[in-house]
Amino acid sequence: MYSFELTEEQQMLIEAVGKYAGNDLRAAAHDAEENHDLPKKLISKGWELGLLQASIPEAYGGFGERSAVTGVLAVEEMAFGDLAGTLAVMTPSLFATPILLAGTEEQKQAYLPKVIEGDWAPYTAALIEYAFDFDPLALRTTATLAGDEYVLNGEKAFVPFAKEAEAMIVYASLEGKTQGFIVPKGAAGLTIGDEREKLMSLNALPMYRVKLDNVKVPASNRLGGASGMDFEPVLASMRLAAASAAVGVANAAFEYSKNYAKEREAFGVKIAQKQAIAFMLAEMRTEIEASRLLTWEAAWKLDAGKDNAFTEAYLAYMGAADMAMMVTDRAVQILGGHGYIREHPVEMWMRNGRGFATFTGLAII
Amino acid sequence: MPIEFDPPKPIVQTQFVLKTVAEEMMRSKSRYYDEHEHEIPWDYIEFMHTAMKAMGAGSLAPKEKGNGHEGEEQKEKRPPIAYQSLAAQIEALAWGDVGFYLCTPGGGLGAAAVQAAGTPEQRAKFLARFAGEKPTFAAMCMTEAGAGSDTASIRARAVLDEKTNEWVLNGEKIFVTAGDKSLTPYEKLGKGFIVVWASIDPSAGRAGMRAFVVEAGTPGVRVTKLEHKLGIRVSDTAAISLVDVRVPFDHILGSPTVEKTTTGFKGAMATFDATRPLVAASGLGVARAALEFLKEKLAENGIQIRYGLPRQKLTAIERDVIDMDIMLKSAWLMVIKAVWMADNKHPNALESSMSKVKAGDVGTKITQKVVEILGPLGYSREFLAEKWFRDAKITDIYEGTGQINRLVVARQILGYSGAELR
Ligand SMILES: Cc1cc2nc3c(=O)[nH]c(=O)nc-3n(C[C@H](O)[C@H](O)[C@H](O)COP(=O)(O)OP(=O)(O)OC[C@H]3O[C@@H](n4cnc5c(N)ncnc54)[C@H](O)[C@@H]3O)c2cc1C
Repeated sequence: MYSFELTEEQQMLIEAVGKYAGNDLRAAAHDAEENHDLPKKLISKGWELGLLQASIPEAYGGFGERSAVTGVLAVEEMAFGDLAGTLAVMTPSLFATPILLAGTEEQKQAYLPKVIEGDWAPYTAALIEYAFDFDPLALRTTATLAGDEYVLNGEKAFVPFAKEAEAMIVYASLEGKTQGFIVPKGAAGLTIGDEREKLMSLNALPMYRVKLDNVKVPASNRLGGASGMDFEPVLASMRLAAASAAVGVANAAFEYSKNYAKEREAFGVKIAQKQAIAFMLAEMRTEIEASRLLTWEAAWKLDAGKDNAFTEAYLAYMGAADMAMMVTDRAVQILGGHGYIREHPVEMWMRNGRGFATFTGLAII
Repeated sequence: MPIEFDPPKPIVQTQFVLKTVAEEMMRSKSRYYDEHEHEIPWDYIEFMHTAMKAMGAGSLAPKEKGNGHEGEEQKEKRPPIAYQSLAAQIEALAWGDVGFYLCTPGGGLGAAAVQAAGTPEQRAKFLARFAGEKPTFAAMCMTEAGAGSDTASIRARAVLDEKTNEWVLNGEKIFVTAGDKSLTPYEKLGKGFIVVWASIDPSAGRAGMRAFVVEAGTPGVRVTKLEHKLGIRVSDTAAISLVDVRVPFDHILGSPTVEKTTTGFKGAMATFDATRPLVAASGLGVARAALEFLKEKLAENGIQIRYGLPRQKLTAIERDVIDMDIMLKSAWLMVIKAVWMADNKHPNALESSMSKVKAGDVGTKITQKVVEILGPLGYSREFLAEKWFRDAKITDIYEGTGQINRLVVARQILGYSGAELR
């Protein structure tokens, strides 16, 4: 059957996330971006919503079961508040969710309870590489087996909270296949860049370059153990996180510019009464809906274990990245010169919007 | 029920059956009828009539929500899927040939108008014929030479003759889909009707607009012209003149009183909420046909689409195909959501118009791109891609142009009336 109804639980969750996004994240977003500083208390408050905790079974210290559908709903709602804040709150998922999806029993026992037991703690993952044609399925960072250890070499970029991270998953190419390796804090040969990444947006989120110079980890630190992991579902979950965040940011820009257009007057009428503006808004709303539904469907397919879930998630991601650029650009256009001024949030959303084509690996559902 | 995207089994089964119909009865004849405009595809019409009778479906018009037709389903507490099935059927038929689909007997937009704006008695009276022995058509006449998008400015008049208690209709309608098959007494067809929108009080504007059922054969109603078109040539598009056409009092759909409200106009709009996602579905059928054809041709030429790669690594063709996949899939989900809402009795004016905006865009963009990518093969009349390009364009025009549907969407999201945003 087709259905577009949220369960009662999902509704409650979305309501809670919505409150946090609307009241807390949104209120802090501007200063966080300007000052390159996201208050720790804000992150903790988001962590207390329990998104990750609720996706991990009791056996590993959580209180629920992972659902990609719930994941995309929650991420969209939170990103409506602020993208950088959302990514910060969700950073520990970058470490925990792949372990949940692809880890061995020992890995789950060893790490999952630790990540979720207390307050938000910096666990992260390193996927992105600093190359124009960065491709998660053809990484330049390599892993080679030497005895009972893997040796990692390469350079990673945009790694959230790398500096303070207790541990991170590093993705590397092992015989041409992307595999994950758990690298503990302070491993020999692991260098975290001194300075934070300087990006067009997400200034509130501390991200770092990470160098791996013959970093050795025990073979048991390979995600999935000796037989390794299937990276596709993990990548699909990353892409869906990016896609739903794109929908959330686009929706924020749409709502903001819509409300502005209903207030702003020109030539004796509200600008929203001009078709040139009204049609942009109609198209923005339509394309947001299109992306949202594609994201839902892909998430549902992922949960249902459908064969084509990987491709669907890819399409949802590619579509959402384009959509977010289009919608955020128009939001700035609707505010005109005022949209260009950093007092209004639309220019930040436009900077966010361009990023989704690049953001694979900064969040996972 | 939680969020779910498993097409209901009955829908999957009909899609499977209709694929064969599309291939055998439609695709094989597509080119012939494209090049023999105004010939009537009798084989298809008779086949569809027989098939629909066998399936117990007299009409493609959606069954009244919540009335006897769905009673059995409701007893078993299965979610209603009438509109969803219809959308899927229409998409599947349009994949075969959207012009042929418009030649499917069963009442089309005429029956849909009776469904949406008529009383239960009127539904019983006018719709029974579609389950009869012969294939039967009905059409909807809104558009006039001077009134297309601006439906409120139609000039057709209906005056009540109090002596005979009959309505007297006068006016000129154009662009009536299946107008010929609904009115002309072809031996192979049952007696059809047209639904004519006319004003019972021109001073009342929209509030005065009403729909009237005019039976085929009523004196004074006449097909005056069949249009020659860019595409969907197998579907007749008629001009109809009405001169002192008399119809019984109860042929007025819905309420005959002119309160200073817009009930009559709302009747038309209710029809559109129901039919826009269905028209969207038909456009997406054409788009899917074109995209699948392109993929076949690419595969024949050894070109694989490498789904999963970042944009920077894709070829231009791969990018185009992936973008088209995204457009088509998401547009289809918008149709499904709109009809799912209709099935579940949620107001869907916004979703309905959004699905039409999207399908109008997607249908034209995909078919245009496919012809472009296929080069000479796309442009050649030896293949159907160029025909689909011509066929698809209509989705962005009828049932509210892309602009009119954008207006509807914008008014919904802005909370504006027609006066505030026109
Ligand atoms: C093949 C075919 C079949 C059809 N079948 C039927 C049928 O069965 N029954 C029926 O009643 N009609 C039918 N139509 C008519 C169809 O619905 C109209 O053609 C359509 O609504 C547009 O009206 P118009 O052609 O008069 O264009 P116009 O209304 O003159 O529009 C011209 C252009 O102006 C734009 N425009 C108009 N108003 C506005 C506005 N307020 N804001 C911005 N832009 C605007 C339009 O979008 C369009 O781009 C059919 C048409 C065709 C071609």
